[in-house]
Amino acid sequence: MSPAYLDWNATAPVRPEVAEAMSEALRRTGNPSSVHRWGRAARQAIERARAEVAALVGAAPAEVIFTSGGTEANHLALGGVHDHRVLISAIEHDSVRAAVPGATVIPVSSEGVVDLGALDALLAAEDRPAVISIMLANNETGAIQPIAEAAAIARRHGTLLHCDAIQGAGKIPVDLGALGADLLSISAHKLGGPPGVGALVAREGVPLSALQRGGGQERSRRAGTENLPGIVGFGVAAELAARASLPAIAELRDAAEAALTAVAPEARVFAKTAPRLPNTLCIGMPGVAASTQVMALDLAGVMVSAGAACSSGKVRRSHVLEAMGASAAEAESAIRVSLGWSTTAAEIEQMIAAWTALYRRTRSAAA
Amino acid sequence: MMTAAPRPAAAARPNARPIYLDYQATTPVDPRVLEAMLPWFTEKFGNPGSVTHAYGREAEAAVERARGQVAALIGAEPREIVFTSGATEANNLALKGAARFHRDDRDRVVTLATEHKCVLESARALEREGFRVTILPVPLDGLVDLAALEAALDERTAVVSVMAAHNEIGVLQPLVEIGALCRARGILFHSDAAQAFGKIPLDVEAMKIDLLSISGHKVYGPKGVGALYVRRRPRARLTPLVDGGGQERGLRSGTLPTPLIVGLGEAAAVAADEMTSEAGRLRALRERFLAGIRIAVPSVRVNGDPVRRLPANLNLTFPGVGVLELMEACPGLALSTGSACTAAEVEPSYVLRAIGVSDELARSTLRIGLGRFTSERDVDFAVDALGAAVGRLQGKPVKSRSGASI
Repeated sequence: MSPAYLDWNATAPVRPEVAEAMSEALRRTGNPSSVHRWGRAARQAIERARAEVAALVGAAPAEVIFTSGGTEANHLALGGVHDHRVLISAIEHDSVRAAVPGATVIPVSSEGVVDLGALDALLAAEDRPAVISIMLANNETGAIQPIAEAAAIARRHGTLLHCDAIQGAGKIPVDLGALGADLLSISAHKLGGPPGVGALVAREGVPLSALQRGGGQERSRRAGTENLPGIVGFGVAAELAARASLPAIAELRDAAEAALTAVAPEARVFAKTAPRLPNTLCIGMPGVAASTQVMALDLAGVMVSAGAACSSGKVRRSHVLEAMGASAAEAESAIRVSLGWSTTAAEIEQMIAAWTALYRRTRSAAA
Repeated sequence: MMTAAPRPAAAARPNARPIYLDYQATTPVDPRVLEAMLPWFTEKFGNPGSVTHAYGREAEAAVERARGQVAALIGAEPREIVFTSGATEANNLALKGAARFHRDDRDRVVTLATEHKCVLESARALEREGFRVTILPVPLDGLVDLAALEAALDERTAVVSVMAAHNEIGVLQPLVEIGALCRARGILFHSDAAQAFGKIPLDVEAMKIDLLSISGHKVYGPKGVGALYVRRRPRARLTPLVDGGGQERGLRSGTLPTPLIVGLGEAAAVAADEMTSEAGRLRALRERFLAGIRIAVPSVRVNGDPVRRLPANLNLTFPGVGVLELMEACPGLALSTGSACTAAEVEPSYVLRAIGVSDELARSTLRIGLGRFTSERDVDFAVDALGAAVGRLQGKPVKSRSGASI
């Protein structure tokens, strides 16, 4: 049986065009800061990629700061705001939560969407300079957040808005101007580029405190020799993502959701009625631990996850589902199925069959 | 001026690609490294954190194999290796991480005036946070004054940072002696080994190193990846710079870039096999270079200790010749004045200034970095080209390698 990879929110394969561009870049020598011709060629390649990444999110090239990935971008965005009050939504990624440990938490609805009324009230309650961080789309449920509306509230209160768009970029259109965010984090490996590269998009004039100091690269906002092949790959991936559309993916996802809920009508689909990424399905099999489901699916060659992929595979109860008011039992039974541009109907059928088989086994065992 | 017959090295290279003599700025990816990396972009693309499924476990196993390859080259245990985005991040994590962790009982950081910008900038950032930072002067030979270092250490010193091999002047610092001084006082010893890793033998046990920074792209691996060795016994404790998913034992969060890590591992494995013989070959090439250039330009000066230096590095001053004009006059050579990070700056090298080279001489100074793909013919061509250019710029005839006027 061929494997079915349905964990695209954890990481996505590098697109063939990206691999080709990177493979070529990896064969070239040159430090982008060197003044000889190798260095100048490397610099040009980086600036081309910067323009491509900027275009993906409707920013100016000068607003793009390349980093080693999304986690670093989130830290760079939020790391320098010690004297500000920080507000983050209850469903932010761990990299945001860890960057600002004392942040005030903005609640979300049971469908996993940030509560804008609460945001407004929290901002009104204290008259201190503040920074807000709300993700564009949640990595576990796919719920898309009302960033433009949050930005309007932020502007009214004179606060900065950071948007972690790591899961959203490449899956839904992103336009910095329309979103109204001041800072935006993106990651290459979530959208067909390589791991090890990301970017923070910072509007001109937004104050930043460099995490990493040294050679003065990235206009002194991020020191270190640029990851040239990675950045080249990111540029190509961004260019492809800007042109791609994912309606077919949404159809496959919807078909999977319909099939699983037909088998198990009591299964909860998280963020079902929220605006959602076209590729993400977060669903609970009542009474069956997520780790059991993931293991059973793995044995059937189907790769999904129990929430975020990040560390050591330990399955922790999801703070995202908890914030949505899910009971412990519900949160512990949720798996994430995430699709990508090369996902096939056959892979979805394989997943449905494995999930259904497990469901029936557990039900007959219980009976 | 006598016209000699066309020089063989030059004649053999019509329209050839320029010769790359900037291996300290960055190295090409070794084809063996590239081959090892490529499958991990497309076919085996899992997230090493996704250990609940096959693709993730396969990536995790590759990362762990690379961790072992990197550790083996410095005499460390695999679990003492923390992957980072490069040496700049490793240096920032080592200095800031160690200092911030020990802030309550030790608030002092000691380093040298010739350290890499990212070490000095990290130290300055710590100074702004209230740490006491001592930046020791360095004598003309570029080597640390051990007595001055010892005198600078006290019971409040948290970390000492001294680079293993210098990126501009190539000198190798006495790591064993520095390690002993630090260990005796319970001070963490950090060494930036970006230029040394894979070039000279390093042993974190013998050298009593607690933290060691490694770069991928300086050792024929990819850019965008590096590592920090973090000693476990006695444990070097750090406050992380980036937190989140909890990867790398919580010291460095973020999805691990499997292909880059595989590349760094393979680069370390190749270096482990070839370092000794390659160092001998490069040393001979460097001596050939130096002998040739001394004949062509008798006034040339070598900066940094002539013996205790990287096998493939030279830092040369051509008195009376502007280095920018010299580089312009040698379009067939890729050269640099010093650190690439600051290559575009008009200021002369702060490193040369620190060891007492005048600004005027610093403006006449070139860094030469030979490497794995440098041939004898490249060296001969470069010596001829440089010698001739210096001669033109000095406005007087110079001698060729053979000693004849050209």
